[in-house]
Amino acid sequence: MDKIILSAKGINKSFHDPVTIPILKDINFDITKGDFVSIIGKSGCGKSTLLYILSTMDTDYEGTLTIDNAAMRGLKEADLAKVRNEKIGFVFQFHYLLNEFSVLRNVMLPGLKLGKYSEQEVEHRAIEKLKILGINDEALKKPNQLSGGQKQRVAIARAMINDPLIIMGDEPTGNLDKKNSVIVFDIFKELAHSYQQTLLIVTHDQEFAASTDRIIEMEDGRIISDHSKARV
Amino acid sequence: MNIKLIADIAKSLLIARWKQTLVAAVGVTFSITMFITLLSFMSGLNEMLDNLILNRSPHIKLFNEIKASKVQPIELTKEYKGSHHFIRSIKPGAVRLELHNVRSIINTLKNDPAVLGLAPKITTQVFYNVGAIDLTGVINGIDVEAENKLFKFNDYVTEGNYMDLKNIPNSIILGKAAADKMLAKIGDVVQVTSPNGERTPLKVVGLFQSGLVDIDKVQSYASLSTAQKLLGKPNTYITDINIKLKDINQAPALAKSYGVLFNVDAEDIQTTNSQFETGSSVRTTISYAVGITLLIVAGFGIYNILNMMIYEKMDSIAILKATGFSGSDVKRVFVGIALSIGIFGGLAGLLFGFLMSAGIDQIPFNTASLPTIKTYPINYNPKFYLIGGVFSIITTYLAGLFPARKASKIDPVVIIRGK
Repeated sequence: MDKIILSAKGINKSFHDPVTIPILKDINFDITKGDFVSIIGKSGCGKSTLLYILSTMDTDYEGTLTIDNAAMRGLKEADLAKVRNEKIGFVFQFHYLLNEFSVLRNVMLPGLKLGKYSEQEVEHRAIEKLKILGINDEALKKPNQLSGGQKQRVAIARAMINDPLIIMGDEPTGNLDKKNSVIVFDIFKELAHSYQQTLLIVTHDQEFAASTDRIIEMEDGRIISDHSKARV
Repeated sequence: MNIKLIADIAKSLLIARWKQTLVAAVGVTFSITMFITLLSFMSGLNEMLDNLILNRSPHIKLFNEIKASKVQPIELTKEYKGSHHFIRSIKPGAVRLELHNVRSIINTLKNDPAVLGLAPKITTQVFYNVGAIDLTGVINGIDVEAENKLFKFNDYVTEGNYMDLKNIPNSIILGKAAADKMLAKIGDVVQVTSPNGERTPLKVVGLFQSGLVDIDKVQSYASLSTAQKLLGKPNTYITDINIKLKDINQAPALAKSYGVLFNVDAEDIQTTNSQFETGSSVRTTISYAVGITLLIVAGFGIYNILNMMIYEKMDSIAILKATGFSGSDVKRVFVGIALSIGIFGGLAGLLFGFLMSAGIDQIPFNTASLPTIKTYPINYNPKFYLIGGVFSIITTYLAGLFPARKASKIDPVVIIRGK
């Protein structure tokens, strides 16, 4: 039996301004280690909202969220930040790299924050991650000197730096052209299959979703289907 | 590790916006410079003006005042003794101006641990006789050495040697303005008429300038023995004893007890010169108010620049928070930026403030009434530098704290989803 690393039980969320509108209704699912999961659904179905709840950044919801057997409800802001730092990696639609720092430094920042390794080790690990993504040559450039696809790969390297339990992606290919989308998607696939990295990707790209191992489909704030394919 | 990382992030943000940062730091530097210069100059001036009077004023002065007797004859009658009397047209009684038992008073005071030193003095009205004209004047008979030690007599003797007053018998040091009127120079002999009508020739050995022309017009100095001879009095004749204390603040209390002990009138410096302290404290307060206003304005500058920086850096703040930096980490980054602006701007300000006051210190400032002052007075009190330094850190900290708190409360979801 694979280890369950993330579990959502009875998640509900509503917006209260000006009238109460339910956004998420009774969401239940588990993610086990090594899963490559995509969440699909139409725009406005609540898939991104769900992702931000799962990422611990949004704390305004009802229900229980458990990450690595620890309940997230009631944790303080600083503790949640620690959980995100150590256990979750993020890739967003936009790369969010800091232009003041070099590519290498950008990748290193969450690692330095974690403080588990010395600065030299973090730097070494960062270069390793950049190598996996094939952009170690760009390590000393500033982010604004890179192309869009390269930037997104740096963002993926940053998400990987602390060896997180799970990497979450919010439309990670949404801003990229076809060619770069394919590159980024291939990277995710390699991470999942070669490194057994757990991935949870929100996307509206059917093609992308079709090649993941498990597809959760949402509509109007509910999960309407949850298919797992046999592992290849 | 964490502190180093946060300092590193703060530094990078600072360098990325170095022009704005520089403007903010220059604001702090300017205000601290002005604060230091203003206070140094102001308190230098205050000190100079106060010393003009206070250096030469005794902390306590013992003398016999001309006044009405405390015990009126009616009090001595049996029937009215102890009643409250309404008496009109009382006139002052005949009072001997000299102090009784001068030797024992002086001995007692010399053995008093609170007393720094004392200078006996004779004050008498005279006429200076210039040809057919008589000018009124006052001669102070002084113990030259004691007067110099306690009241810096030498500082005000602008021509001649003050010690000649002691060494040459029948000598006088004239006030500059009086000498000018009499057309008297050093070496001349002036005629002086004492209150009892005796005329005595005195040799001018020096001129003095007190800084107050009205005083220089009438006052002159002679030695105690010369003054006693002038008045035809024995050498125990002393009219005033000027006392300098180790602690000026004890003057009012000690004046009261000496008055009772020696049965004389005793006046303390706080009573006679209260207006100077008031003036000084008002001027100091104004300088502090202006300096602190400047700093607060600089604080608003920092507040604005940090606010702008936070709006520009929304994305960076959001991603820092998403990747595991807590709100307090973000707050520390921005407080760190504000504090480094404050510290570097403040240090530069202290340095420039020192240089500027040193510059003012070199500007010639010659005025007839202030013979000892050659340049503008500056007070290099380390207290001002300490206050300036501490205040620059406090203002910049507060100016940084509010934007930093705002930054720490940014919700990364709102920023990231907004894209």
